[in-house]
Amino acid sequence: MKTFNIGGVHPHDSKLNADAPVKELPVPQQVCVMVSQHLGAPSQPIVKKGDKVKVGTVLTSNEAFLGAVVHSPVSGTVNKIADVVDASNYPKPAIFIDVEGDEWEDDIDRTPDIKREITLDAQEIIQRVKEKGIVGMGGACFPTHVKLMPPKDAKAEFLLLNGVECEPYLTCDYRLMLDHAEEIMIGATILMKALDVKQAIVGIEANKPKAIEHMSEIAKKYPGVSVQALKMKYPQGAEKQLIKALTGRAVPSGKLPINVGCVVDNVATCYAVYQAVQKNMPLIQRMVTVTGPCVSEPTNFLARLGSPVSAFLDAVGGVPENTGKVISGGPMMGKAIMNTEVSSVKGMSGILVLPEESAHRLPLYPCIRCGKCVEACPMGLEPYLIASTTMAKAFEQTEKAKVMDCIECGCCQFTCPANRPLLDCLKLGKATVGKIIRARNAK
Amino acid sequence: MAENTKWIISGAPHIHGSESVKKIMWGVVIALIPSFLVSVYFFGLQALVLTLVTVAACLVFEFLINRFLFKRACCLGDGSAMITGLLLALNLPANLPLWMAIVGSLIAIGVAKWAYGGLGNNPFNPALVGRVFLLISFPVAMTSWPCARALFGGHTLTDAVTGPTPLGIAKEGLKNGTVSDLAGQLPSYAEMFFGNMAGSMGEISAIAILIGGIYMLCRKIITWHIPVTFLGSAFIFAGILWMANPEQFMDPVFHLLTGGIMLGAVFMATDMVTSPMTNKGKLIFGVGCGVLTILIRTFGAYPEGVSFAILIMNAFVPLINRYATPKRFAVAK
Repeated sequence: MKTFNIGGVHPHDSKLNADAPVKELPVPQQVCVMVSQHLGAPSQPIVKKGDKVKVGTVLTSNEAFLGAVVHSPVSGTVNKIADVVDASNYPKPAIFIDVEGDEWEDDIDRTPDIKREITLDAQEIIQRVKEKGIVGMGGACFPTHVKLMPPKDAKAEFLLLNGVECEPYLTCDYRLMLDHAEEIMIGATILMKALDVKQAIVGIEANKPKAIEHMSEIAKKYPGVSVQALKMKYPQGAEKQLIKALTGRAVPSGKLPINVGCVVDNVATCYAVYQAVQKNMPLIQRMVTVTGPCVSEPTNFLARLGSPVSAFLDAVGGVPENTGKVISGGPMMGKAIMNTEVSSVKGMSGILVLPEESAHRLPLYPCIRCGKCVEACPMGLEPYLIASTTMAKAFEQTEKAKVMDCIECGCCQFTCPANRPLLDCLKLGKATVGKIIRARNAK
Repeated sequence: MAENTKWIISGAPHIHGSESVKKIMWGVVIALIPSFLVSVYFFGLQALVLTLVTVAACLVFEFLINRFLFKRACCLGDGSAMITGLLLALNLPANLPLWMAIVGSLIAIGVAKWAYGGLGNNPFNPALVGRVFLLISFPVAMTSWPCARALFGGHTLTDAVTGPTPLGIAKEGLKNGTVSDLAGQLPSYAEMFFGNMAGSMGEISAIAILIGGIYMLCRKIITWHIPVTFLGSAFIFAGILWMANPEQFMDPVFHLLTGGIMLGAVFMATDMVTSPMTNKGKLIFGVGCGVLTILIRTFGAYPEGVSFAILIMNAFVPLINRYATPKRFAVAK
């Protein structure tokens, strides 16, 4: 079975209650929509206190190339625009909207019918994707329209769809592939048209046999689209590792997937593209997995963006008593959040509740130089070396150790028998070296 | 809000694999049990006493150094001092005076380990440093090997018969004679394989060491790289010498079954702290150990060279780490 060539770890997949049907999260009384929900230049709010908005009304503007707008996920009145702590635990601007009824913009097609015929041309598709605020929904939130506009010297050959979901616990992409395979395939066809590529491959990890079977069945009807089962190994869903597994190509250090002729999109993004292009639906809701070992009924919710974490937790029977940590995203790369007021955003794929006993880091031992971090690193780096040079503030050596290639997957720290905080050090080293490089290039 | 703020905030990843330092260290201890049992079988009660004394001495020195020199909580729980004690004992002749074993323990824990900053910071394998210190300081006691099976010969602990190791016999015999002259003086390969020969407590039985090694391989405590290249390169190098002149050099199988090479390749050279980080580095390290061992054995003054070979290669580890970098995912064109 296909997979990437070096490193990787095998965490227990913990896909709890994955076959339970999706529930719709009730629209909360008030939503808190983060102004910037993408990677790139920040957006500016274009509404003000007291403005009436409908579902789908544009709330922000962003003129930057690497930018994405946000739409109102509810109808109601803008209550305030204020800074609020998000999953990064830093305060960021957000638009609070008091919900009144559920009135949608007129041009949005809310019928459940599947619209197969693609009438837009490539340019119109890209424009539509941009207008509807589509970003990568796997967690990185990279504006999707930017991926559809490759630089002049590069040509896309493959569209790769990421249905790997290698993070333990998360099941939202799995549910989406089972419930909306047809729409994902149409979305893939749309993206293929926009990119002018003939081949699309959906990569799915082998622990989801039902999804592989169902998607393969549906894919038969869509020329150029195929499904590839991938070995269960973390981080199979990381962009570079997925490209390696599906095409055998390796994205060189410092380059982008497009440099090897690949564009990678998450299946959830693909579904959002379908909604935007065929149904004129902006990205205002997403599937969120609410899960955890002590959550009585782990469930996937279809929820409006801006819903507070508390609403999700109430829907699964409240915060479990022994909760020690709540994570936005999966356990390998997700962020621990501070309180239940944090609101859902485009990139929030899951809410993971960990009990007190597994919330703490394990006791620290000295590095015993076992080399397991080196073996686990899917980028072929030496995490121990990067960590020690970072802590010694020898950033020249940190740079030489190729810290900028780190994809922050966490394999090193996961596998470290001495429980060293390797990823913390690597992130610090990467951020610092990044700053040094930018300063050097600016000269 | 108040109750929410009790939640733990920490960076990803939020889950951890099942590996831990403790598990690794105790895994090595378990892997040493077969060799320990064989040594007790062949050398009797004195082997048990010597092991207990050495282990206890290592634990006590570890505790005292932590408590009074570093003034911090004790870290005996990680099992590393226990391993040093066990390995040191298995590298000693069973009839070594106990006070010498205690001195060796002090050197191993105090000098080789804590003088460099403790677990993870020592460049040289502590047990080997302890052994080599004893070998140089007390050469007679360290090379008066009790003959295996003395237990069943009716001798008591105090007057156990001593004799040279097969390597010692070969060294002496080849000074003025040829390999054919040695016939009859050496134990058979089967006896060597199961441990029926003179030697250090843990090194005599190849089979017991291999069982421990396979256990550690399955538990992923060690990788195949160092043992295979160590033994392989020693075998090939000894084989070349033997083919060049079978009357002057011992055959390669003899070299693999005698002396500390098995114990060294499986337990001593694979010590994580003092071996290279990458698999490529481990291959270089293993080859270096194997070649040096045979060089010292055949051309050096000592009949046995495993300890020196490993310690010499330990010194090269930082250099190896620097050049034997892992295979990168992809390099920029």
